[in-house]
Amino acid sequence: MYKYDQYDQAMVDARVEDFRDQTRRRLEGKMTDDQFKPLRLKNGLYLQLHAYMLRVAIPYGTLNSRQMRKLAHIARTYDRGYGHFTTRQNIQYNWIKLEDAPDILAELATVEMHAIQTSGESIRNISADQYAGAAADEIIDPRPWAEMIRQMTTFMPEFSYLPRKFKIAVIAAEADRAALRWHDCALRIVQNEAGEIGFEVFAGGGMGRTPFIAYRIREFLPTDQILSYLQAILRVWNRNARRDNIHKQRMKILVHELGEDEFRRQVEEEFQHFLALGEDFPQAEYDRIAAYFAPPPFETDLSEEIDRSDPDFALWADHQVAAHKAPGYAIVNISLKPIGQIPGDISAEQMELVADLAERYSFDELRATHAQNLVLPHVRKQDLHAIWTALHEAGLGEANLDLVTDIIACPGLDYCSLANARSIPVAQKIAERFADAERQKDLGELKIKISGCINACGHHHAGHIGILGVDRKGTENYQLLLGGSGDEETSQAKITGPGFDEAGIVDAVERAVERYREIREPGERFLDTYRRVGMDGFKEAIYG
Amino acid sequence: MKILTGNDLKTGHVIWWDGQGWSLHVEDAVDAGDRADAIIAREEAECRVNGAYAIDGEKTADGVRPAHIKDRIRALGPTVRPDLTLKPADPNAGNWVI
Ligand code: HEM
Ligand code: SF4
Repeated sequence: MYKYDQYDQAMVDARVEDFRDQTRRRLEGKMTDDQFKPLRLKNGLYLQLHAYMLRVAIPYGTLNSRQMRKLAHIARTYDRGYGHFTTRQNIQYNWIKLEDAPDILAELATVEMHAIQTSGESIRNISADQYAGAAADEIIDPRPWAEMIRQMTTFMPEFSYLPRKFKIAVIAAEADRAALRWHDCALRIVQNEAGEIGFEVFAGGGMGRTPFIAYRIREFLPTDQILSYLQAILRVWNRNARRDNIHKQRMKILVHELGEDEFRRQVEEEFQHFLALGEDFPQAEYDRIAAYFAPPPFETDLSEEIDRSDPDFALWADHQVAAHKAPGYAIVNISLKPIGQIPGDISAEQMELVADLAERYSFDELRATHAQNLVLPHVRKQDLHAIWTALHEAGLGEANLDLVTDIIACPGLDYCSLANARSIPVAQKIAERFADAERQKDLGELKIKISGCINACGHHHAGHIGILGVDRKGTENYQLLLGGSGDEETSQAKITGPGFDEAGIVDAVERAVERYREIREPGERFLDTYRRVGMDGFKEAIYG
Repeated sequence: MKILTGNDLKTGHVIWWDGQGWSLHVEDAVDAGDRADAIIAREEAECRVNGAYAIDGEKTADGVRPAHIKDRIRALGPTVRPDLTLKPADPNAGNWVI
């Protein structure tokens, strides 16, 4: 895992002291909120429905136990005993006091964390495959590249006042676990026929009110040219973006308006210019950063056996455990979706338990996922039962990864001031409706994603079943969408028709799911059936 | 009626204009009539409130309630965490929200 050097630490510490001073001046009335707001947003502090909200960055979703314990400590000391993991691998606290915010940032800095670039018109925290460094199917660990890009883009003057937010994701496997093509810019590490490693580059994706799936703008870019290429993309956007209209400033709009080919042409032209400057990272720098991500000292000659005699454990292992690259090891997914609970929420005590498990069983490593779950990336198969037992006792033993109850939901109208409707109660009711383990298993992979407004923080465009909260004459209403996906076969969900009230949307989801059960062919997931029969195959069942 | 709400600058708590100062309880809210802008400007300048705005409210048998669901949820707290609302012990607290 990356460790701050003296420069990183000095920068983050200085930023905390700046913010302490700014906060003091605001509290003394020497600054208005209009003056203070851009400063607090640069440090992840929003004003939300009930209080200030602090969003803390978790670079590429990687955490160690010390950091997780600090997050627990902050939840307990400064918030109300819990935190919320988001769809961008960050964590949010909902009840922060302005007067405490500088102290919280100072506490975070002691464990090499901060809230910089978690808001505003910046290059946001870079997301990555949560199985990075562990996945059986990855080419290399993508995190050294994510870290290098993070270093390049944090505080870079040219990119400190971008037209709008800019979101980057990096993966290194065929399977896309990071919703790559829903990002402004996405990199997939690939290997060409000559065995060389490079990047497949996507640009112009995004959700929100005008969703676009990113285009592939480069099939293969040598890794040692990535910084020039990224700078070229950012410069083309920075130069041409529509700064006159907040809804047209995201890069996806520019790529769409210019067209894929013209955007690519301009990027390539600018790219030649950057290449000539010779400022790309030398190999030695990659080697230096990559050393931080060296694989942990895996034991050899471990047993592959998993004792499945306990049926509850066996069910959990079937759903929550993924293949690891090292023999005898496994990846454990920890569900933050216990039936009837709030998706992504975790108490301080649970955070501490998860930190203990990481320290004891997973080489001190943890991951946050974009589906609002957690991961222990490197566990011995022989330890799985002990881990499950501890999770189960702490209420974290749900076996529902990628199933109908593993629902992504944004905070919605319970917490968010931009919301039209509540998301969390809908997620809870759907989860309760489908709680039966046999039924969930029978339905198989089925990703439901819920947003409380058109900003799409809950990824409804990418849901096999998506739900969007709208305001209908002052009451909550929900649109139903089908057919979205955030994986390697990305697709955008389509609206089924007229919306529903809260009870109605749960019934409508059930009717869609039952329709799938009736017409599915062997081996088909919900999404496969939808793709085969289209909206018409579902519409009548939903609306009767 | 027009009622005024905002957040406490220091703590972020949701607060309501009660005629003299700011209360945590929407029941204390008073009609600001056509003085809303003046009160907001003065109170913001004195740092007694942050992000204040005027909304429609109505008097009910239980006291003043905001007209729109968003401000009703602000007045109570998150409907999914009754333990964290202003009325954690009242199982019916949420009935007026929706
Ligand atoms: C509660 C405070 C939040 C505010 C004020 C907020 C605001 C926004 C806005 C305005 C957008 C639209 C951006 C655009 O179209 O240009 C957006 C997009 C997004 N937000 Fe949030 N959000 C919040 C919380 C969250 C949470 C909790 C999550 C994760 C669960 C999240 C994840 C995202 C994602 C993934 C997108 C889509 C990115 C895209 O458009 O490409 N946000 N958010
Ligand atoms: S989708 Fe809308 S309601 Fe949900 S968190 Fe984002 S801005 Fe808030």
